[in-house]
Amino acid sequence: MGKFTQTFLNWEVMAQYAPKIAEGFVVTVQLALLVVIAGVASGLVLALVRSFRVKALNLLIVAFVDVLRAVPPLVLIIILYFALPTVGVRMSGFVATWLALSAILAAFAEEIFWAGILAVPRGQWEAARSTGLSFVQAMSQVILPQAVRITIPPLTNRTIAITKGTALGATVAVGEILYQAQTGYSFSYNPSPLTLGAIAYLILFIPVVWFGRWVETRFAWKR
Amino acid sequence: MILDVAGLHKSFGDLEVLKGIDLKVAERELVFVIGPSGSGKSTLLRCCNRLEEPTSGSIRVEGIDIMAPGVDINAVRRRIGMVFQSFNLYPHLNALGNVTLALRKVLKQGKSEADDIGMRALARVGLSEKAKAYPNELSGGQQQRVAIARALALEPSIMLFDEPTSALDPELVGGVLAVMRQMRESGMTMVVVSHEMRFARGAADRVVFMDHGRILEEGPPEKIFNEPEHARIKEFIASLNG
Repeated sequence: MGKFTQTFLNWEVMAQYAPKIAEGFVVTVQLALLVVIAGVASGLVLALVRSFRVKALNLLIVAFVDVLRAVPPLVLIIILYFALPTVGVRMSGFVATWLALSAILAAFAEEIFWAGILAVPRGQWEAARSTGLSFVQAMSQVILPQAVRITIPPLTNRTIAITKGTALGATVAVGEILYQAQTGYSFSYNPSPLTLGAIAYLILFIPVVWFGRWVETRFAWKR
Repeated sequence: MILDVAGLHKSFGDLEVLKGIDLKVAERELVFVIGPSGSGKSTLLRCCNRLEEPTSGSIRVEGIDIMAPGVDINAVRRRIGMVFQSFNLYPHLNALGNVTLALRKVLKQGKSEADDIGMRALARVGLSEKAKAYPNELSGGQQQRVAIARALALEPSIMLFDEPTSALDPELVGGVLAVMRQMRESGMTMVVVSHEMRFARGAADRVVFMDHGRILEEGPPEKIFNEPEHARIKEFIASLNG
């Protein structure tokens, strides 16, 4: 037992690396927020563009969405960070991780929003248009408020799953929680920083998971 | 003529649903459209505000050719009230919000002006006290009356009713018909697709019988209900009486 504590919960080591982990915590939060904002917003824009049903455009959107839903996030990050510089496009690990996760979240969010828009009964469109509302007005005033309500629970779950992917930034030297924890581990030859990192993730994501659960009950659909 | 439909054809793919409809509706007239299911009644109504795009033919509303290229269809639509079988109230807005949405967004009225007009429309359907209620807190009959108020608030020149009572429990039908009767008395021009024959006998100026995408016969209710020229109509009416 003493050995276990000494190895995984070594106070000295933890105290030494706690400031670094805290730094990593801030980076993770920043990265996660930026991913959520960019991913959800572009997903919504894509779904709205798709609703105009311009054939060529929709083919592009569907292709984008299918590719990004199929590709593992780590592969995308590595391509952006290691492969693109060979053609002269350079970006920091932070930007590469942000771009990759945002694009993937956008793809999933687009599908979720699109399903939400389709789930609103046709009669809602007809009622709105029959009173003289334009397509855009009907969409923004009648369809979207209902679609968003349907989409919030699945979107929250998907968003949580993808923002956890910020840990992949460790592979391209983004100083987020996992990177700091691993660095601490390799300098101290003691895994306690990793324990601390895991705790930091729990502190960050358990409230988010609870929030997701609350959202699911709060927005349970009733007619 | 408020509504003038001429030579209206509508096909869905290979299926020709309307095969040349001519129908004129004068101001203050109540025209009842009856006929077996699949005869094209609803499609006819839905073509009149281009919820369905007609395949050919002409439709004039208050003299305006609504099929003309460049016609402002949104402006035309707000002159044509439409009431649906399934009410189609907006579930995220309360009764007053349902009634005032188009006033604010289409007619660009301010909130207080729209609310005034909305409250008056709700009063006309006897639901002033339900202004703050959401659709899921209203009975089917009340929802349909709110839907009527939503259309009325825009002061349309004609109202189209697409089976307004067929989704209602029998005991709720009376309230909706009472509102329609009162609209009729206040001089609203109405086209009603419905199977409420008692209402038709009492309120309609003219009954149009549709069959297989054509108007088979039209005339005053007594004529169509009591001594139609076509045996087909007699059969249909007998079948409704069970």
